[in-house]
Amino acid sequence: MTRRHAALLVRTAILASLIALLEIGCRTGVIDTLTVIAPSDMVASMLDQIRSGELNASIATTFSTILIAFVCAVVLGMAIGALIHRFARLRDVADPLLASYYSVPTFIFYPLLVALLGLGKAPLVVLGILSASPAVVISTLSGLDSVAPVLMKLARVHRLTPTRTLLWIVLPAALPHLFTGFKLALSYALIGVIAGEFILSGTGLGYAISFAYQSFDNRTMYGAMLFVLLVAVIANGVLYVWEGRLARRRSPG
Amino acid sequence: MSELSFDNTQSLSARRSFRAFDAIVLVLLVLVLWQAIGSWTRGVAVSPPLQTFAYLASLLTTSMFWSHAAATLEAFALAFVLSALLGLLLGLVFGVRRFAGEVAEPILAGFYTIPKVTLYPVVLLLFGLGMSAKVAFGVMHGLVPMTLFTLGAVRNLPPVLLRTARVLRLSPGRTMRWVLVPACLPDIVNGLRLSFSLSLLGVLIGEMFSSQRGLGFLLVSGMAQNNVPLSTAVVTVIVVIAIVANTLMLRVSRRFARRADQAAT
Repeated sequence: MTRRHAALLVRTAILASLIALLEIGCRTGVIDTLTVIAPSDMVASMLDQIRSGELNASIATTFSTILIAFVCAVVLGMAIGALIHRFARLRDVADPLLASYYSVPTFIFYPLLVALLGLGKAPLVVLGILSASPAVVISTLSGLDSVAPVLMKLARVHRLTPTRTLLWIVLPAALPHLFTGFKLALSYALIGVIAGEFILSGTGLGYAISFAYQSFDNRTMYGAMLFVLLVAVIANGVLYVWEGRLARRRSPG
Repeated sequence: MSELSFDNTQSLSARRSFRAFDAIVLVLLVLVLWQAIGSWTRGVAVSPPLQTFAYLASLLTTSMFWSHAAATLEAFALAFVLSALLGLLLGLVFGVRRFAGEVAEPILAGFYTIPKVTLYPVVLLLFGLGMSAKVAFGVMHGLVPMTLFTLGAVRNLPPVLLRTARVLRLSPGRTMRWVLVPACLPDIVNGLRLSFSLSLLGVLIGEMFSSQRGLGFLLVSGMAQNNVPLSTAVVTVIVVIAIVANTLMLRVSRRFARRADQAAT
């Protein structure tokens, strides 16, 4: 435990001194502020943009898109996962596809999706689903695989209906795997949607960053960037801690 | 990733022919789906397979395509080699020096999950438009998975191996060459596999955002000019390359893993 604390301390110290170094470099003019602005300016710019409300529309668009994509990916991924798990033959066919899916840069489909669905929410949602749902499919499969046969026997002994078996036995047993899948799905959906907005879009946080970059507005760009990165780090951190708790609650039992 | 599990009662050749059959079924399914999307949208976004392949065949004879492909290949090769070597080195160091590894791992894992696209403007400001920015962005994507996979492999190594190396008084370089790398080979190949696809993604995104050369640029320009067969053909090329490379590396890593299992028993 002390070792973990020491690691945390050193880590924090390293990150803090890097930020301080950047701050000093920018303040003393060693680092050109046309390239990178001081961290304190980034924070100030982010707070300004949040307070003035100029980011509100972008925030609403981006997060609603991510949320829709995430929910669709989870529902679709679990349905496909359950289907594949049910039919072994289907699984033989789907396995190579799942194994190589993430080697394909899904993002290159985005221009095709824009041509297909027009510029707006729809292609971003589809892109988010395309990059997030396979993670859910894979984790659903491993989750269902991990349900011990004795649990299914127990369900049969108690003559549970299929719905009850699902709710009381299968889902709780598969939860840790599912949760990992959800975590991945959220971060893939986030990355996909923001990348799409960044490359080709007219709204959203990704677009705000690329617009600021193209109009040489470094201050706004770094402020928006910091906001996106903070949100991503906090979201991932919360899920990570939550996942750890779930795993710990199961392990002693 | 899910791993295939086979029961050993099936003979090897029967299993192979089964898998070949499955692969053919899969390819056919993809082609049917592709054709359906193509004809359903009347080719406004995706050109159907036959038309795309015909276009691709003529595209492959133009020098324009090859100059773009060469630009992407050059940036990608540099990014991949840099990610692989640096990642391997960092992973080995962080794996052996436990404390440094404990300090570094959460930072690396955190960096792995953030949307790195948003950082591309910073890369452009630092490196300027052109090859070096693309390479740097590719490395940003490819370096971390390679490091994390190598780190994990070294950490899970049976301690007796490193102790043996110490008893034999191997130098750090020799320990790396004769003990660490061979023992971690399956994981290293898996890291390479991930690093390969992610640095490719990084390079392509770089080209799509602001570049005048490369396959990513060709894809976006095909869409901007409403040249549907061009963008579909470029996507096809990239997808095929990615899948072939991934399948090969997956096979190599499975072979290494099997050999390691046999050596262990």
